[in-house]
Amino acid sequence: MANNYLNSESKQLATWYFTFAAILFGAQLLFGLVAAIQYVMPGFLYGILDFSIARILHINALVVWMVFAMFGAVYWLLPDETGIETIGIKVGKLLFWIFAAAIVVVVLVYLFIQVGPADETTIWFITEGREYIEAPRWADWGIVVVALGFVANLFLTGIKGRQTGIVTVLMADMIAFAGLYLAGMFFTDNISIDQYWWWWVIHLWVEATWEVYVGAIAAYGLITMIGAHRKVVEMWLWIEVAMLFGSGILGLGHHYFWIGTPEYWWEIGALFSALEPLPLVAMFIHVLYDWGKTQGAEEEKGSTVSVVNNKPAFTWFVLNAFGNFLGAGIWGFFHTLPQVNLYTHGTQFTSAHGHLAFFGAYATILIGMMYIAVQGTNGIKIMKHTKASIWGVSMIVSGVVGMTVALTIAGYVQVLVSRAQMGATWAGYFDGQSGLWFTQAMDWRLIMGAVTFIGFIFLAKDLLTTGKNPVHEK
Amino acid sequence: MAKKSVWSDNRFWQRSATWVTGFASILLIWLTFDTSAQIAMGNDQDLKDGVTKRVPGPTVINYKITYEMDAKRGHEVPVIGEKEKFFGRDDYSEEEAGALLHLGKLGSQAKNCMDCHTLLGNGAYYAPDLTKSWLDPAWGPDGAMQALTGKNTKEEAIAEFLQHPDQYPTHARMMPDLGITAEEAKGLVAFLKHMSSIDTNGFPRNFGRMQGAVNGK
Repeated sequence: MANNYLNSESKQLATWYFTFAAILFGAQLLFGLVAAIQYVMPGFLYGILDFSIARILHINALVVWMVFAMFGAVYWLLPDETGIETIGIKVGKLLFWIFAAAIVVVVLVYLFIQVGPADETTIWFITEGREYIEAPRWADWGIVVVALGFVANLFLTGIKGRQTGIVTVLMADMIAFAGLYLAGMFFTDNISIDQYWWWWVIHLWVEATWEVYVGAIAAYGLITMIGAHRKVVEMWLWIEVAMLFGSGILGLGHHYFWIGTPEYWWEIGALFSALEPLPLVAMFIHVLYDWGKTQGAEEEKGSTVSVVNNKPAFTWFVLNAFGNFLGAGIWGFFHTLPQVNLYTHGTQFTSAHGHLAFFGAYATILIGMMYIAVQGTNGIKIMKHTKASIWGVSMIVSGVVGMTVALTIAGYVQVLVSRAQMGATWAGYFDGQSGLWFTQAMDWRLIMGAVTFIGFIFLAKDLLTTGKNPVHEK
Repeated sequence: MAKKSVWSDNRFWQRSATWVTGFASILLIWLTFDTSAQIAMGNDQDLKDGVTKRVPGPTVINYKITYEMDAKRGHEVPVIGEKEKFFGRDDYSEEEAGALLHLGKLGSQAKNCMDCHTLLGNGAYYAPDLTKSWLDPAWGPDGAMQALTGKNTKEEAIAEFLQHPDQYPTHARMMPDLGITAEEAKGLVAFLKHMSSIDTNGFPRNFGRMQGAVNGK
């Protein structure tokens, strides 16, 4: 990635993070395809790479590529926001290699060792067996060290340089993000207590700190891509932080309906999680409003030129604004009330929501940041769409939406047959799984997964080649 | 000229965000203390005295567990009844039962159960929910699994299945052999039995009520 346009080591490190993130994104989709095939053909790789392993790799690659891209995006924007080079960049680079090497070891162990005996050594060296954070304990400590190094760089730079609203929000948010990981690093025989703290990591990441992170990145994107006014953007950002944390922190309660925790979580979880879509509406309006406002001001001057200086990145940012609202907001609200969740909890409804929410809320904006990095790395003034970028975005979006619709239908069958009618037993479970609507939905999920993967190939090709494409204005 | 409104002041919104976040966090921490006390595991004395705990002690494996409608709460709750043999014994001490549960919980993580099954409804959706699986009629005296595994009790049938799941296929989708030993299987069954005794506020609804119903008939 050597080139003449990047005068910041922080930005160079960002490109490393983005590159590794994109590779893991590809791995995530590949193992997702394996798992999707297994729903249709249960014998596929049976006893070699069972569903559980494919799924661990699918969701762990998801989490880790997003964390990599999130770190990368911060290293990218820090010099722009603070006006100085990131402090501790050498440590940052070293931590990148430690992080990447640790991930490779963890993946190889997942792939080739898979499970261990029922003792502490397995928890420490093979798998912790807790969805999303299966990484063994040694890797947990590695992640803590890497995250602390990253947070230290962010804080030192933020304190010394210009401390914008965006940097302030990121500093507060990233320390919470790193600290929350500690809640998932202990073993207990009590599964209710286990899941109580496990949700502190999962929920307070994706429905609180990550969302605030997205707000900050969207703010940065609006300033850099369409020249939105900082004062307006940062005011919105603070309002979003208030709304996101105000609803998201206690919205945690919607995971405490059925895990042994007291009934009062029904009311708390229902109320606050029902409010969670509101900031997502606000973010959606905010992005479109600022775009219209800046473009309108340009048109008043008699200009018909687009204010967007990076078309593919901005496309992904707008998709983020909409996808976050639709995937996290609407698909989340569908099943967040306890009366509904009693039947939908633990069905493909959750899976449908998970696919559209992770994609809409996080994948989109992080891909957008990758395009911003490609633009900066190649010294492009105005970056345009290419055929590959359009095919990439169209196929990925249709693929993910298609999977979501298919999984929603599958979830509907499960709720009616397995849950409402059959009372959630073993027999009820398999009756639901063998229903025609369910099996057809799983066929469609696989097809749409393949569409997503082809879209990813276009995206990867575009990210690698578009920088040298002469269509862009240098 | 009117003065600049506080509503358009970034400092005002920054302070609001801080207060809202702080207030929500403090409320969550306070609730965490209350919940932690309520979901702490009970002990053997509680079970002997008939004290209801949301998460009973490990010696609950010495007792019969059922899942019954509670008219007052409007949903089903686990009910701990008289003594019941578990692998031929109903006198496991607190230490013995605790060790079995410990082994089982470790096993549930070491074998990645949660990446196919759901536990308390959380996990993957490739295999049945295990929350109340101990109470599943499929493993009971009228179910198919005791005959299939050639065992006479629920716990032995489940343990046998866990050790050799590939030898007892029930559907095209099969559980793989995860190298579960006889001792680990015993621990896992204790873990499942204990989990079925947790008060999950009525989840899953109507569990096991519909036995015999096929395709809605």
